[in-house]
Amino acid sequence: MFKEASIREPLILGDKVSYHQITEDVARSVEGKANKMWWTAFTVAFLAMLWGFGCLAYTVGTGIGSWGANKTVGWAWDITNFVWWIGIGHAGTLISAVLLLFRQRWRMGINRSAEAMTIFAVICAAIFPVFHMGRVWLAYWVMPIPNQFGSLWTNFSSPLLWDVFAITTYFTVSIVFWYLGLIPDFAMIRDRAKVAGNKMREMIYQILSFGWSGRVKDWVRFEEVSLVLAGLSTPLVFSVHSIVSMDFATSIVPGWHTTIFPPYFVAGAIFSGFAMVLTLVLIMRKVLSLEQYVTVKHIEYMNIIIMLTGSLVGIAYLTEFFISWYSGVEYESYAFVNRASGPYWWAYWCMMTCNVISPQLFWFKKIRTNLMATFILSIVVNTGMWFERFVIIVTSLHRDYLPSSWTMYTPTWIEVGIFIGTLGFFFTAFLTFARVFPVIAQSELKTIMKISSKVYKNKNNQH
Amino acid sequence: MSTKAIHAIYDDDEVLVSAAKRIHAAGITVKEVFTPFAVHGLPEALHVPRTRIAIAAFLYGLTALGLGCFGVWYMMIHDWQMDVGGKPNFTFYHNVPAWIPVLFEFTVFCAAHFMFWTLLFRSWIFPGVRPKNPDPRTTDDKFLMLIETNDTDKVSRLLRETGASEIKIV
Repeated sequence: MFKEASIREPLILGDKVSYHQITEDVARSVEGKANKMWWTAFTVAFLAMLWGFGCLAYTVGTGIGSWGANKTVGWAWDITNFVWWIGIGHAGTLISAVLLLFRQRWRMGINRSAEAMTIFAVICAAIFPVFHMGRVWLAYWVMPIPNQFGSLWTNFSSPLLWDVFAITTYFTVSIVFWYLGLIPDFAMIRDRAKVAGNKMREMIYQILSFGWSGRVKDWVRFEEVSLVLAGLSTPLVFSVHSIVSMDFATSIVPGWHTTIFPPYFVAGAIFSGFAMVLTLVLIMRKVLSLEQYVTVKHIEYMNIIIMLTGSLVGIAYLTEFFISWYSGVEYESYAFVNRASGPYWWAYWCMMTCNVISPQLFWFKKIRTNLMATFILSIVVNTGMWFERFVIIVTSLHRDYLPSSWTMYTPTWIEVGIFIGTLGFFFTAFLTFARVFPVIAQSELKTIMKISSKVYKNKNNQH
Repeated sequence: MSTKAIHAIYDDDEVLVSAAKRIHAAGITVKEVFTPFAVHGLPEALHVPRTRIAIAAFLYGLTALGLGCFGVWYMMIHDWQMDVGGKPNFTFYHNVPAWIPVLFEFTVFCAAHFMFWTLLFRSWIFPGVRPKNPDPRTTDDKFLMLIETNDTDKVSRLLRETGASEIKIV
């Protein structure tokens, strides 16, 4: 049997850990009843979602003119939110794919919830560009399908079309990856329902589990497909935000026309994605009493990634600033000086404080292992990342080449409402997930129980 | 004598793997083992052949790349040459750098999805399929070995020796 180094901290705590105990702990949230707290949170999130639907309906009925975007600032609140959500949707597949390839065992406690979060975040993201098209009912025109207009194809040289392909692929492949892992866990709940005699639940989870029976060959295929999907998803994760950044980088707008955009956006996406995972997981582990599977060590690892990617983002900001001056292009220099000292200076400095300075606090072990501090900083990071997108998009556009068309941008209540609606959808979906789906990949976790749990590590060390 | 099925339950994965090795060495064919998770070393102990699903995925990806190239060539060069900003698409060769993102995404899309469908077909798991594990505990913490044999006494004795905690003859 493979043994892990004794100095490595255990990933499964608790004094009475066993395969059955893992099953019990994971099944508890699905089989139990929701408490008042859950219903309160669900109601608030659901109402916010309805509000968002209302605002979307208003937008479709009235037109994009109901938004604050104007001729100069053509992309504003919507694309800011699109990039923000897509960024958040990066942590899930990164955790499950990249960390799988690197054989990081700590991914197993958090990959399921992080992937769920990814999928919900990508849905939220997709809403914005689709509605920004104006005529939502023609959204299928982005697909290269034969049509009645003769030789009218999509332009494959356009970064906006690359985005369509990247996000569609990312979204559907993430769902497949997530669902594959869920199949054996649904089977576990199905069989428990069978033993308990709960016919209704057995039927639902039998359908969800695709009739999984856990034969040797099934597991061989399962592991192979997981590995190959991880191999396919790893370049996919990096490509998605690279392509999102090319929406900007291939244009000639000063402040957007930057070759460092792809790596800078990917680092930012991982940064904000991990922050959102922390925000959700810190609450989830507490509410569902999963502290022994999502340990402080897991949180520390995630904080270290936040510190690293936060520093990368900080370097990117400084590089951009330096290059804009060093290039000698007045328009570039102005765009950057305008960001820091123009009318939107507050957004720029908010971004700088939240993204560059605050993650540096994680150099202190006391702070990165403190749950309250982590929770607050995770929200600070996502606020900062929202402002980063706002700064890149709005401040680059609002003062363009022609000073007579310079203007300011303020969102309308409808735009704000749509954003609140996506937040509502995100939390509604995540809360539902936490009650219906096994939130920890228990079948994967069982494979590391004898390697990384506290009880077994102590037992091994005694020999 | 008629062939009978033996269900032997094991409580521990390490015991199971060493038992599988011994049973295989004794020349008894293990029909199936149902486990709650991927037990490492078990496929090797039972000499289960390697899966070729990764090769399939590679071929799907390759086909998708070919189809993608053809599709982009057909739409952008053959059917309608778009002229954006005075830069018309005349040849596939000169314009392909701008299409790498789309070709890459299409390749990954097809490789991933068709591989997943291959898994579903090969393992025959679909919504509505009835599970085949004979004991519901095998998705929790028990490991069930299924052996079909004429000589139930001999096999049961061997199973007991190798550490089976329950033996049921069906």
